[in-house]
Amino acid sequence: MEKSRRSFLKIAGVAALGVGFTKPTLNAYASSVVGPHPQIGDKALSAHHWGMVIDTRKFHSEKDLEPIVEACHKAHNVPDFSDMPNATSAEKKRHEIKWIWGEPYHNAFTDKENHYQSHRIEHLSFPVLCNHCEEPPCVLACPTKATFRRDDGIVLMDFHRCIGCRFCMAACPYGSRSFNFVDPRRAENLKEETCPDFPTRMKGVVEKCNLCAERLAKGLQPACAEASKGAIAVGDLGDPHSNVRVLLEHNFSIRRKPSLGTEPSVYYIV
Amino acid sequence: MLETALKGNRTYWVWLGILALIIGAGFVVYLQQFKIGLGITGMSRDVSWGFYIAQFTFLVGVAAGGVMIVLPYYLHDYKAFGKITILGEFLAVSAISMCLMFIIADLGQPMRALNVILHPTPRSMLFYDMIVLNGYLFLNIFVGWIVLQCERNSVPPPKWIKPFIYISIPFAFGIHTVTAYLYCGLPGRHFWLTAILAPRFLSSAFAAGPAFLILLCFILRKFTSFDAGEKAIQTVSKIVTYAIIANVFFFGCEVFVAMYSGIPGHVVHLKYLFVDGILAPWMWTSMALMLLAILLLLYPPTRRNESVLIVACILVFAGTWIDKGLGMISGGFVPNPLHQMNEYAPTGMELMITLAVWAAGFFILTVLYKMAVTVKEETA
Repeated sequence: MEKSRRSFLKIAGVAALGVGFTKPTLNAYASSVVGPHPQIGDKALSAHHWGMVIDTRKFHSEKDLEPIVEACHKAHNVPDFSDMPNATSAEKKRHEIKWIWGEPYHNAFTDKENHYQSHRIEHLSFPVLCNHCEEPPCVLACPTKATFRRDDGIVLMDFHRCIGCRFCMAACPYGSRSFNFVDPRRAENLKEETCPDFPTRMKGVVEKCNLCAERLAKGLQPACAEASKGAIAVGDLGDPHSNVRVLLEHNFSIRRKPSLGTEPSVYYIV
Repeated sequence: MLETALKGNRTYWVWLGILALIIGAGFVVYLQQFKIGLGITGMSRDVSWGFYIAQFTFLVGVAAGGVMIVLPYYLHDYKAFGKITILGEFLAVSAISMCLMFIIADLGQPMRALNVILHPTPRSMLFYDMIVLNGYLFLNIFVGWIVLQCERNSVPPPKWIKPFIYISIPFAFGIHTVTAYLYCGLPGRHFWLTAILAPRFLSSAFAAGPAFLILLCFILRKFTSFDAGEKAIQTVSKIVTYAIIANVFFFGCEVFVAMYSGIPGHVVHLKYLFVDGILAPWMWTSMALMLLAILLLLYPPTRRNESVLIVACILVFAGTWIDKGLGMISGGFVPNPLHQMNEYAPTGMELMITLAVWAAGFFILTVLYKMAVTVKEETA
């Protein structure tokens, strides 16, 4: 008894010392490699308030949206379960993950429905994505600050902190968030090829559009804007002379569900 | 005191054995969910909360319902409830335990659950839900245990326990109010976006919890020598009566506002629940059960008839369970924010895990009640 207690105390003491040393040592290495934010290079684009203007007049059919969705989902390793073997079509639909996709007018703008609509609007597919709200309900709901709004207006996700409670999904009035119901790395498209510039996710966390924060930090335009042939503009809503503000000044625009007070940063020119 | 739960007759052990089997089977299924992810459930991008969170919501109500026994006894010195306060407290303990298990079962990353404490976020309603649920669990274990221990030793409960009892009363209202706030503070979910949600939750809680307690009293009387007493049961049944009336009335207010104003965002969810959706037969059944229960409970001769009272209590429990444990969550998520109809139905695996959590709750309840009844038998 005596002996075992002594040996236990010895082991406990060594373990405590180990813990005491390891933490600062690890920290010293850690701080030199990663910081709290993606590293900001010299070429990084910055803004007071990032926003997006989508000129829907430049879209003619659903085909025009395809390269945009593909560019986004490829850049962010979004899993595609559509050709998952051993999965029913219902499962594929339930587990679907999307960052940007097309919706008919009456689904995208649920409070602006009209009985009689112009032929163009009636048959157009509107790109929908996270609105990067000024008052984001998802950020309000998140119990761990895993989803947060950056000073420049981008609403981001910390995939490592998310506990997967999905409160943010209930809170989002735009259906912009997806949950990894299964391991996304098992999706066929990600087994074939992953983009090294953005992490893949694990099961059990929520994800959504990040306005390509990782690309902006490198001085690149968001993937959707780049693939849109000028239909999508991303810029500083806080600067009256920016590309997006000039577009908004000269064209009539609408936002999704403005009556909820969430103040979306994505504008649609119709 | 726990040793009293280790001595029991055959029925007691067979019952615990059955529950343990269900828990074991459910745990195996849970391991599968842990490995594969929440994809084994029927939940989706659009209906992102399902059966687990619905059970959680209903059981928070059952837990809060215990206060309907505690409050009259401790605040109004209503002596007839003296014998059954411990039953109310221990019912709350088992119900909250189930709630916490359902929350863990619903997390995509359960190993990170403590992030809620590690990164406390007071703007999130879940933060407060964590505080009130755990607080209420602690208060009920603590108060129930101390008071029962004193009863066993034939001494009056210590004076310092009183503040804990008084605090537990607002906590009971708190757990269900905060649970309602999880839902009713979300813009764009019109089914929940109503100030009457918390009162409605409370009224259904004060019907379901005490109704269940009445049933438990009858079960205890059948299997043990414990008798709650005619007077206590009749008073609880009156509480159930007015609570279930309030619940149906509040729902009626909700229906009036939605249907008379005709605002599509409000109408569409009710229409889904009662007309278009797969839950329609369930919802009508729920309404019928609650209305029938009101008739049986309101008319004194039927309420005083024990067999009819048992039926009425089952109707109340089943009616409120369908209302909250099935309709409340799906109703808010279908149609989705883009007005698309994507239905939800739980999978077999999801139901098995749910059943196992219920079994675990009943296991805890059985052990706690065994202790309480043994002490009462010893001192009788």
